[in-house]
Amino acid sequence: MSPPALELRDVRKSFGKTEIIRGVSMTVQPGERVGVIGPNGAGKSTLFNLISGRFAPSSGEILLNGQRIDGKKPYEINRAGLSRSFQITNIFPKLSVFENLRCGVLWSLGYRYTFLKFLADLHDANERAEQLMRMIHLQAKRDTLAMNLTYAEQRALEIGITIAGGAGVILLDEPTAGMSRSETRHFIELIKEVTVGKTLLTVEHDMGVVFGLADKIAVVVYGEVLAFDTPEAVRANARVQEAYLGSVVAEEQAGAH
Amino acid sequence: MAANVYRYRPLDLARWVIWSSFALVLLIAPLVLSSSLSITLLSQIGIAIIACLSYNMLLGQGGMLSFGHAVYSGLGSFLAIHALNAVSAGKLPIPVSLIPLVGGLAGLLFAVLLGYVTTKKAGTTFAMITLGVGELVFAMSLMIPEFFGGEGGVSGNRMVGEPFLGISFGPPRQVYYLIAVYTFICVAAMYAFTRTPLGRMLNAVRDNPERVEFVGYDAQRVRYLSFIVAGFFAGISGGLAALNFEIVTAEVVGAARSGAYLLFTFLGGATFFFGPIIGAVLMVLAFVLFSELTKAWLLYLGLIFMFMVMYAPGGIASLLMMNLRVAKFGRLKELLPHYALLAVLGIVALAGVSALIEMVYHLQLEGAGSGALRFMGLNLDVSQPMHWAAAAVVALAGGAAFEWARRRFARQWGAVQADIEARIKHQEMHG
Repeated sequence: MSPPALELRDVRKSFGKTEIIRGVSMTVQPGERVGVIGPNGAGKSTLFNLISGRFAPSSGEILLNGQRIDGKKPYEINRAGLSRSFQITNIFPKLSVFENLRCGVLWSLGYRYTFLKFLADLHDANERAEQLMRMIHLQAKRDTLAMNLTYAEQRALEIGITIAGGAGVILLDEPTAGMSRSETRHFIELIKEVTVGKTLLTVEHDMGVVFGLADKIAVVVYGEVLAFDTPEAVRANARVQEAYLGSVVAEEQAGAH
Repeated sequence: MAANVYRYRPLDLARWVIWSSFALVLLIAPLVLSSSLSITLLSQIGIAIIACLSYNMLLGQGGMLSFGHAVYSGLGSFLAIHALNAVSAGKLPIPVSLIPLVGGLAGLLFAVLLGYVTTKKAGTTFAMITLGVGELVFAMSLMIPEFFGGEGGVSGNRMVGEPFLGISFGPPRQVYYLIAVYTFICVAAMYAFTRTPLGRMLNAVRDNPERVEFVGYDAQRVRYLSFIVAGFFAGISGGLAALNFEIVTAEVVGAARSGAYLLFTFLGGATFFFGPIIGAVLMVLAFVLFSELTKAWLLYLGLIFMFMVMYAPGGIASLLMMNLRVAKFGRLKELLPHYALLAVLGIVALAGVSALIEMVYHLQLEGAGSGALRFMGLNLDVSQPMHWAAAAVVALAGGAAFEWARRRFARQWGAVQADIEARIKHQEMHG
């Protein structure tokens, strides 16, 4: 049996005296699509930052395909097959769309730090970048600088860079943040298309989106995983309803009146 | 067939034309400008081009603001002059034409050593470390006279060995052509670097070092490797300078030299590959010609730098490219009267301001005793209040008129740019 794609064992993280992540354990099987939900400040983004190597955990273990990755540098974790996107758009503003994607491709095709080959001659990298550009529907903006794209286009490019290296495990941190409802709908379709066959973890606020996109839901509240199960089971979970969904419903009702 | 998509023929042709013209200019420049002063200038320009382009690998392409790039060109100079002396003494069997490579290897080696510390950090910390390393090396140059030659520096003689095919490197023109060959190869190599994976990832590190780490690259390693490449080319320019001047003094590793690289690379334009070439030409002209023209040249230089930072942060290269774009859309014609007016009023304002500056300098340097000075064909006298008043009036009136014209121009420019942007958008939408 193959090892889990991602496994967290009692992961903890403190900033100063405050413990933000308070013992998270979860196992994600290859090909699973996990939606991570929870109220603001619950630690969802921190959890992603720990997994992707932006921060090192204070204690606990994180395993990617059975290999320890906790405490490793982001680029080491990326080379091991995990890639992530960011809640606040994090692209290369003064490079064109094509160059942005090509930068995401280069390492995975083994070009490393070479300065003895011309980019124009790297046919595999160029074709992969072109293919990615079509996947995220930005071929008309090939030579536009990333900073001149619209917000929705930048979000698409963010996803494009994330999947460029062909990592098996993808973390998306609020991919639809700041988008309108119709944009969000399109975008979710796009994410589904481009992440076929991958292990996917998504932080998402829009409940409709989460329940549509994910096979399993992880509910994070106050730095702990309150529930980790199928959408139906999570919906029915009394503790979740009390701690999280209830408050969301209450908020929505309050907002409606 | 798909591979052909990336080979855009017209661009290849344009590239051939540009590089051939560059080679041709290097080839015939000393035939057209054949006085000994212009040969000297041309030689120094070639050296400066390599230095400024190598500096721009850090500044423009990598977003690394270095205050100590002269360390690598300067140490290249010292190693090169010592190598030349070793050749003279018969201890080193290499031809004089390869001495600049010794400088390059020295630059590379010191970049490997010092760059490891320097490139650990980016941004402000990087700038501070380069400043510190620069000061350190300059201080060392005074402490180790055995290597740096103390006050007098180290001198050498490039005419060693038997002339090869009549080339002895005695006449300045022969040295010029050696420099020209190195300049062409180095410019081509540095341009090629921008088209490689490392070169592109360097741009990515400049734009967003954090994201680079999440696509598999170690941003620090990218900076370090690029720093080493830049050090190599800086060293070559230093080696050429050693051959050209046949003397190397401690000032070549000094902060003033590093500052000049920064200043003129910026003036030329750090955002385009060819910008620093313009900067290098200006650097040599300023240091050799402008400094002869007036004692206040550093003041003028500072003012130019200040205005460029404020109004044209992309340097001369970006001004050129922006106007080229305007011309491409057929809108340059309506801007030309603005440019003419700005030029006339600018010259008037400048005449007034520089008359004041020259009078102040004259007063400070000569004292009130000899009041008269020549300025642009006029006899000014610092003891005459009328002359001060007249210069001030010209400066103020010219400045005010210039500002009025500049605002008019800025409005027109904005309108033209907005129109061009709209047309580009339109083209994108409708293919």
